[in-house]
Parts: sequence; structure tokens; C-alpha cells
Amino acid sequence: MKTKPFHKKLFEKIIEGILALSGSITSLAVLLIVIFLFKEGLGLFNRSPISEGFVLAVNKDNPISKIDAKLVKQIFDQEITNWETVGGKKDSIILFHLDDINSIYTEAQIGENLENLPNCISNVVDSIGGIVAFVPKSYIKSDFKGKVIEPVNITPKEFLLGKEWYPTAEPSAQMGVLPILLGTLWVSLGAILLSLPLGLAVAIYMAEIANARVRNTFKPIIELLAGIPSVIYGFFGLVVIVPFIQSIFNLPVGETALAGSIILAIMALPTIITIAEDSLRTTPRSMKEASLALGASRWQTIYRIVIPYSISGITAAAILGIGRAIGETMAVLMVTGNAAVIPSSFLEPVRTIPATIAAELGESPKDGLHYQALFILGSILFIMTLIINLTVEYISSRNKLGKR
Amino acid sequence: MKRVIISVIALAFAINGQAQRIKGSDTMLPLSQKEAESYMKTNSTFKVTVTGGGSGVGIAALIDNTTDLAQSSRKIKMDEKIKLQESGVTYKEVIAAYDALAVVVNPNNGVSQLTREQLEGIFIGKIKNWKEVGGDDAKIIVYSRETSSGTYEFFKEHVMNKKNFANDVLSMPATGAIIQSVSQTKGAIGYVGLAYLDKSVKAIKVSYDKGKNYVEPSMVNAKNKTYPVVRPLYYYYSTKVENKVKPYLDFVLSAEGQKIVESVGYVPLK
Repeated sequence: MKTKPFHKKLFEKIIEGILALSGSITSLAVLLIVIFLFKEGLGLFNRSPISEGFVLAVNKDNPISKIDAKLVKQIFDQEITNWETVGGKKDSIILFHLDDINSIYTEAQIGENLENLPNCISNVVDSIGGIVAFVPKSYIKSDFKGKVIEPVNITPKEFLLGKEWYPTAEPSAQMGVLPILLGTLWVSLGAILLSLPLGLAVAIYMAEIANARVRNTFKPIIELLAGIPSVIYGFFGLVVIVPFIQSIFNLPVGETALAGSIILAIMALPTIITIAEDSLRTTPRSMKEASLALGASRWQTIYRIVIPYSISGITAAAILGIGRAIGETMAVLMVTGNAAVIPSSFLEPVRTIPATIAAELGESPKDGLHYQALFILGSILFIMTLIINLTVEYISSRNKLGKR
Repeated sequence: MKRVIISVIALAFAINGQAQRIKGSDTMLPLSQKEAESYMKTNSTFKVTVTGGGSGVGIAALIDNTTDLAQSSRKIKMDEKIKLQESGVTYKEVIAAYDALAVVVNPNNGVSQLTREQLEGIFIGKIKNWKEVGGDDAKIIVYSRETSSGTYEFFKEHVMNKKNFANDVLSMPATGAIIQSVSQTKGAIGYVGLAYLDKSVKAIKVSYDKGKNYVEPSMVNAKNKTYPVVRPLYYYYSTKVENKVKPYLDFVLSAEGQKIVESVGYVPLK
């Protein structure tokens, strides 16, 4: 037996090592990203929704000591104006922001370096019965004559089922992601309803009906569709599809879930067509010929033999199409209007998770409430696509067993 | 030959050592870029790199010490101040220019003036139809910027009396998108920086004294302080790098720098 020279073996070993290393580095990077995502996000829960460094203070005679974040917003939006509504005494609510101190005390009284400010705040809170003051924590000293009220901390349930998304509201942020979650699913559902029939039709045409010349022209064009940057789709959508939808349905506003779905459908088409066509083509020639020999027409062969045979591939195509749609950011951001309301029809603006993250992360203070909430949204999106990928794995593995 | 290469590398490092990094608000990006260009022309050894990302990104970079100057279209927040304090950074604030916000509607809209109270009603969702403010019987479509943008915060504070926007307002990722949407939607209203005003939208005259005087948003009115919806644009820096950033800031505040402010579409300090 001839053995390879030593240096050649060594060379092969090194190459093997490099390949194994790059594989493990990639897996490690993926794991690190996921861990980072969850680590950054999970700090959100059991944190106070009040802006960091601030507290809410009331008069010491006020019986309220704990308050819901939702009520805080309504109070500061002046929708609730009496303490009775939130379970207190019958007294009208007086709002107090730090800037209001200048209308009560002169600058000389507050002091040049704000040294008397804690005292002034303490006196104001003490003297007005119905007051709720939104002031920095550092100005609340041990001799503070009012009472600091604690807001209810953010819970996972409130986060997932809350209906209001005001991540930067002061004094208390509202972190309800339900409208955004449903918006994402809603737009993706619309996209798949539009793109699946069309994509399947094209795939069948290309795999079974079209001759080689037509297929060779179509295939590159469809693949080109996947190469267009998403922001170009977004721009196209904003300038062409949005006004079109607006005039066709006679809507007051054209930025709707439908516009997002149409754009996403176009973007998901290449994925669906390519994968579905590949799987249609795997139908053995012998099966098709047997069907034709039995007297079945071409169409009967397609929908009785070819489609059932490759159904798992078609399902995988549809699911991967959804995966593409759920994670898409830029195009959706530009055409759906981004209003965080729970969608009830396709002709309303919606807001999606990727759009929310893309639009808001840049301006949110690092490690703040808002920042963490966006990371949780990212984690939720990750879990959604993970489920989609696992489903694809499951379906294609079942397919292999079936063929055996 | 070797010596030449080494000296070139050394020179590159020397220049790099002089380089200042500016990071933050996208609103201020065009301003800082123009300022930096002209500033670098005054002396070839000066080097400034400007990046955007948002006001929050800029201040976060200041906390992490990955930028020399943070540009911000909003005032620094309390929790950011606390973070700066925790990481031992003492900062200084410089107002570089002012930006006026204009409220815009579709050119076909009959309404041409609104009071602050009416604007507040529209943006918090109490006023839903144009006929309530003297226009046609049509639904009001409110366009806003994203919750985290400095423009959003400023509008909320100065026009809406710190109340929150209605939850069905459409939030757009950029000022250009607001202009585009308002120009193609009949019942639309939105707000944009003065620099972005163009003929495809109509600017609304605003009254801050309950309807006595309505002021048109324009450079002249913003400069003579009769137009009320004006916000400062800030630079923040750590006192540790004061010597490094001072020449640039002096340039921005100089007559020449302020001329650039006006040419980019913002309001000069004086």
C-alpha cells in the first residue's frame, strides 16, 4: 500500500482543522448573539416603569401608595382628573413637573446651585393636598414631607397583553406589545395569502408546462427579484402602491397592512417559487409517465400526482416565505404607517416588530427601559422565526421517512 | 524605502490622533457634516468624522467614551445624566443652532392656520375631523415621527403640553417620508423641520396666544423669535477632551460657522 507523504497528510489535517474551526466559530457566534439578545432584554421585567432617576410623590395624607402604570399615563394626560377614580379621596388631581417650581418660588429662593430645591419640592408637596409630583429622585431627601408612591412593576403578562405602546412616555412608559405582535402576524398572513397562490402557479408553470427556453428566461428574472434591496421595495411601495390602494379603496390613508402585505408578497415570491419548483421537479419521471399512460391528462397528472408527491416541499416553501416576510424591516417600515393599534382589517395602518426595532433603537438610551423592551421584541421575533425553521425541519424530515 | 513607509504610518497615526469623532442625531447630521467639511478646509491637519444613528446613540457613545462629541436634537435625559455621572464623565453642553418645526398639511386643504390648543387636540386625538377647525368634512390623518426621535419629543413638549400622542397616529421613520405622505394624502397633517419645507406641502400658521396672532414658519420669523415652535440643537462633550474639541466648536459658533447653519436650513444663534 502506498502511503501519502507526511507533509501532505499534515496539510490535509490543517485544512480539516481550519474547516472545523470555522464551523465551530460560526455556531459559537450564533449562540452568543442569542444569549446577548435575551440577556439585554430580560432585565425589563420587574423593573419600575417610571423614568429612571425620577419618582412620583404625593401628599402625605393621600391614601394611595401603589399605582398602575396605565393610570399614571391617564393622570398625566389629564384624562383622569380626580383621585376618586383611582381609589383615593374625592379631590382633584394637580400635576406638578419640576419646571413648575419656577412659578411658585423665585430663583433666589431656590438658590443659585439649586441647594434649596429639595426643600422647595418638599414644601410644595406638603402644602397642596391633591398634588402628584414628578421629580428627580436625587431631590427627595430624608426629611421629605410628602409620600413617594410606587408604581406596579412591569410583568411579562402586562408586556405581552398590554395594548398601548408608548415606550418613551413620561412619567410612566407603557410597554404593551400586543398590537405590534398582532400587526407582524397580520401583515405576514396577508403576504402569504397573496404570494402562495401566485408563487405556486409560477412554480407549476415553470416545472411542468413551460419549455426550456421560457424557463431559462424566467428563472433569472425571478431570481433577480430576490436581489433587489428591500429599501428599494419600500420606496416603490410608498410612492406607487400606497397612493394606488388609497384611490382604489377610496381610503383616507393609503399606508395600510395591505400595502405591507403586497410588498412582502413580492419579496417572498422568489423564495417560494424557487423552493416549490425544485421540489416539484423531484417527482420521478416514472410516476408521471405511469399516470399519463393510464390516460390521465396533463392537468390531472399535475394535481393528482406531482403536487401530492411534492407537498412537503411546497409547505416548506410557504413557511420559508413567511419567515422572509416576518423578519423584513425596511420595506414594511416605509409603507404600513406604523400606528400601534390592534389591526381589525387589511385597510388599516399596522406596526410590526422589525419596523419598531429599526425605528426606535437608535434613539433609545442604552440599558434603559425602552432599550430593554426592544431587545425583548427582538427575542420574540427570534422565537417566531425559530419555530418557523423547526417546522420546516420537521416537515422535510417527515418527507424523507415517507419516501422510504 | 522602509523608512518612508514607517514615517507615512507614523504620520497617519499622528493625524488620527487629532481626529475628532462626532456621533448622534440624524437631524444634525447634515449640519455637522457641512461644518466639519469647512472646518477641515481651514487647516489640513484637522480631521473630523461624523456619524449619525440618533441622539440616544450619540449620548450612549459619550457614556462609553467612543465619541468626542455627541450631537443631540433633544436635551440630555435624566437617566442619561445619571449614567454619565456613574461612569465618571463630567460633560458640557453647547447649543450650536436652532431648528424650527413647521406643521404641514396637504396643499388642497382649506385650513391655513391653527392655534396651539387646536394642534394639541388634533395630535392627542380629540379633534378628529377637519370641519371642527374650520375645514372640509374630512377625517384628519395624523402623521408623526417615531417615538424615540428628538423631533417627536420636542413636538410633544412644546406643542402638546407633554400629553401623549393618540395611539392611532401614523409614525414615519423619516422626515422625507412625512413630506411624501402628507403630499399624497388629502386629510393629512404632520410636522417637519423648517429645512425640509417644500412646495408639495402647505405650512400652517401657528398661534400661541389663543388665536390673536398667527405666525408663518419661515427663517425670518424664526430668527426674530416671533415663531414659537423652535428647538435648540446641542453638542455634548466630556470635559476631558475639551482642548481637543474646542477649536471645532469655536468654528461652529463663529460667524462663518453660523453662516453654514443658515445655508443648511437651520436657524443661527443670533
